Amino acid sequence: MFLHDIGIIPVGDKTQTPNSSGPKITNLTRRGFVVGSSLFVVGVALAGCSRYEEPKIDPDSLDLPAAGPSPLTNVKGGDATPALWIAIEEDGTVKITCHRSEMGQQVWTSMAQIVADELEADWDNVEIVQAIGHERYGDQNTDGSRSVRYNFHRLRLAGAAMKQMLVEAAAIYWKMDPSECEATLGKVGNSQNSDTLSYGNLAKIAAKLQVPEEAKVTLKDPKDWRYINKEIASLTVPKITRGEGTFGIDVDIPDMVYAVIARPPQLFGKTGAVRDEKALAVPGVMRTVKLPDASPPALFKALGGVAVIGSDTWAAIQGRNALEINWVDGPNAGYDSETFAEQMIQTAKRSGTVRRKRGDVAAGLSNASKRVEAEYYAPHLSQSPMEPPAATARWDGDKLECWACVQDPQATRQALSDLLEIDKENITVNATWLGGAFGRKSKPDFVVEAALIAKEVDRPVKVTWTREDEVRHGYYHSVSAQRLEAGLDEDGKCTSYLHRTVFPPIASTFSPGMDVPTDGEMGLGATDVPFNMPNLQVESGNAKGHLRIGWLRSVSNIYHAFAVQSFAAELAHVAGRDQKDYLLELIGDARTLDPGTEGATYPNYDASIEEYPIETARLSNVVNIASEMAKWGRTMPSGHGLGIAVHRSFLSYIATVVEVAVSPEGALTIPGIWLAVDAGTVINPRHTRAQMEGGTIYGLSNALFGEITAKNGAVVQDNFPSWRALRMGEAPRAFEVQIVKSNSAPAGVGEPATPPAAPALANAIFNATGHRIRKLPIIGASGSRLSLPAKETA
Amino acid sequence: MATTLNINGKDETVEAAAGTPLLWVLRDHLKMTGTKFGCGIAQCGACTVHVDDTPTRACITPHDSLAGSKITTIEGVAGGAADAIRSTWIKNDVPQCGYCQSGQIMAATALLEENSNPSDDDIDAAMSGNICRCATYMSIRRAIKEAAKEL
Repeated sequence: MFLHDIGIIPVGDKTQTPNSSGPKITNLTRRGFVVGSSLFVVGVALAGCSRYEEPKIDPDSLDLPAAGPSPLTNVKGGDATPALWIAIEEDGTVKITCHRSEMGQQVWTSMAQIVADELEADWDNVEIVQAIGHERYGDQNTDGSRSVRYNFHRLRLAGAAMKQMLVEAAAIYWKMDPSECEATLGKVGNSQNSDTLSYGNLAKIAAKLQVPEEAKVTLKDPKDWRYINKEIASLTVPKITRGEGTFGIDVDIPDMVYAVIARPPQLFGKTGAVRDEKALAVPGVMRTVKLPDASPPALFKALGGVAVIGSDTWAAIQGRNALEINWVDGPNAGYDSETFAEQMIQTAKRSGTVRRKRGDVAAGLSNASKRVEAEYYAPHLSQSPMEPPAATARWDGDKLECWACVQDPQATRQALSDLLEIDKENITVNATWLGGAFGRKSKPDFVVEAALIAKEVDRPVKVTWTREDEVRHGYYHSVSAQRLEAGLDEDGKCTSYLHRTVFPPIASTFSPGMDVPTDGEMGLGATDVPFNMPNLQVESGNAKGHLRIGWLRSVSNIYHAFAVQSFAAELAHVAGRDQKDYLLELIGDARTLDPGTEGATYPNYDASIEEYPIETARLSNVVNIASEMAKWGRTMPSGHGLGIAVHRSFLSYIATVVEVAVSPEGALTIPGIWLAVDAGTVINPRHTRAQMEGGTIYGLSNALFGEITAKNGAVVQDNFPSWRALRMGEAPRAFEVQIVKSNSAPAGVGEPATPPAAPALANAIFNATGHRIRKLPIIGASGSRLSLPAKETA
Repeated sequence: MATTLNINGKDETVEAAAGTPLLWVLRDHLKMTGTKFGCGIAQCGACTVHVDDTPTRACITPHDSLAGSKITTIEGVAGGAADAIRSTWIKNDVPQCGYCQSGQIMAATALLEENSNPSDDDIDAAMSGNICRCATYMSIRRAIKEAAKEL
């Protein structure tokens, strides 16, 4: 269903009654019209009222040139046809369709800024329409920090094309040349007189005009941007402060019932005997529904178990507590994360598969005057958005409609179609607001659950995941073991570098038995290492998945940046050099890199390496800026230390300096953080700063406290605080962000602040205490202070 | 079991099982979804409401223990402190995803009603029960201080 089908876009709207008594202007010559118009103005002035009254235009009274199909359906980024993105109502309201999911990154605001700027819309008239999941919008997977990058060009084009059509509409009405007309803030004026026509008045005419081809659309010069790169206030925040707005968990539809699900503790565990008498005796519990057992591959399938249906969520929760279920072990019953960690560390000690190679690392290492080796371990993590997964489904025997907090409504629709065997045309997926997501909500298993239950109970149903469900049954950030080796020459310069990384790949969730780290994951901080030594080798080691492995904010960059940037500081220490200076030396001269020239298969975040090369000058620049902001090198009080890390991810360059203060008892506080980011063209500096703060704290929270472990195949943690998140009192008191001014193509901002946070923190702890952190988490869920490893002796 | 609750100055009669937490009565029975579910065990603060002006976790408070109490939720919180908090929240774009922010605003409003000039330590003490995974903590701290100046 396109927007004009539901009456939002006035394409071909014939419902307007022609104003037969109005002036017929179609037969006027241009000269005649202008003269008449001037006389009219004079006449009114003589009558003592010079106020211009905009005429109400009847589009049917105009002879409009014939229009063919839109030539903008396949431009860079996809379809830029204005009608797909913009609907202008008669009252001047500009409705902009946002096809990406709003989860706090302010994508409603940023998408609207791009369209409204080129459209010359009045910001006060802008409203957002959240798109359903549909291929016509192109990629809707709100993931990978790419909403702006993927859509910047085509949304500018859509706005600019719409503006040109509005200008053309005014020119037709005025019998002028479009070059004599100009759009400003929702109105078109002209160079001949002071008349204006508002967008709301022109929209119906504009909608009938030919969409211009790309070469004939003029985009604004960036210096003329009105909203792009400006600190425009969020479109969602005012509602949030009043408790308004609908998150997935807030959806309410008539006749709805409420469900929670008891799932097998192990992935692919099975449901044995079920006794539900006590559950059914709980007031408000209506019935139970057994879900089909899950089998590999996990995909986005429901996990099985037993759903309890109640007249409210609490009844369903109480009913679930009263269920007696005999769970049957599945193929992951033997998974113990502690034993598995040891296996992975052993794998990392052995030669792996070479994924990038420069020079001869083995020879370089054996010829080195000093060798350094270190092993790093990082555990499974849970995304844990504050809103746990929740989905509502309605099945009418033919059509399925779902409302859910999903990052990818198209993948949701596809999963529902595949797993429930319903024709996609009969499925509608409505994306709500997302109460945080961090990758969890790109997996629509919870929507599949809701749909399965709705088909069974013949009533609309809302499935709510409790926090325990969210922590125990997630798609976890992968566990990893890494080994780094380096050779230094007699001057302490690094000549050889070997990085071996071992982790169960996300692909194990989609392909049973898949245990080889993929090129995509290797390209998140391992094969794209920007260091400049003659011998460099990156290897991977295999590891099987025993939980569902999935994306978490910045994905493999988290453990790779932790190891690589910690190791860089370890090398500086061995060489007797300053961390920051040594880091700049490792990065080396200004140049562009393509890991593909050294044997890597490097996806570069699905961007072309020509458009988005790895530019070492931008890395060095943010290192220098962040160091200056932090006053790097200043004398620190006892127990204080500064640490630095830099990382390119999602095509952005970020350097982070963390200051820690560690008491003699090991109590750790973070007095300050300084961050410099080069994300190319930034749509909204205010919201970019917020993402820098948020991404950094997310990384620090995980590094300090985050750990998911498993015993007998089941996740051990269940709720706050056994799964711990950083709180207000643990947040830094000072946090400064500097955004590098850049005209480069826009890059990501949602994720790239996370990777450098953990190594900057670990490096700061080292500088404060002399203790090197090589295993995460640093404190853990139950700790109150640093559990310091053996004193660094190197 | 019918219970009459005074919510945002209005009497509401609800039929819910004995012991049902206020959170689910608000959300599922009264369709007041501004108050959020985060953990169910009073660990995250997303469900914070005011009961007789005191910040209270609705997820562990049986609704039938509240007859005769004055319950205030995000939809109804008003007055000098609430107005100042809302205004500085908007001015600073404090929320990101916004899910925890009902609870944050209720906690911050209660703090300002008690203490019109909170220090960093006061803010930490009052707000550490409210988890924000988007990490709006620094913005919250700035906005509370600005709101205190507006009072």
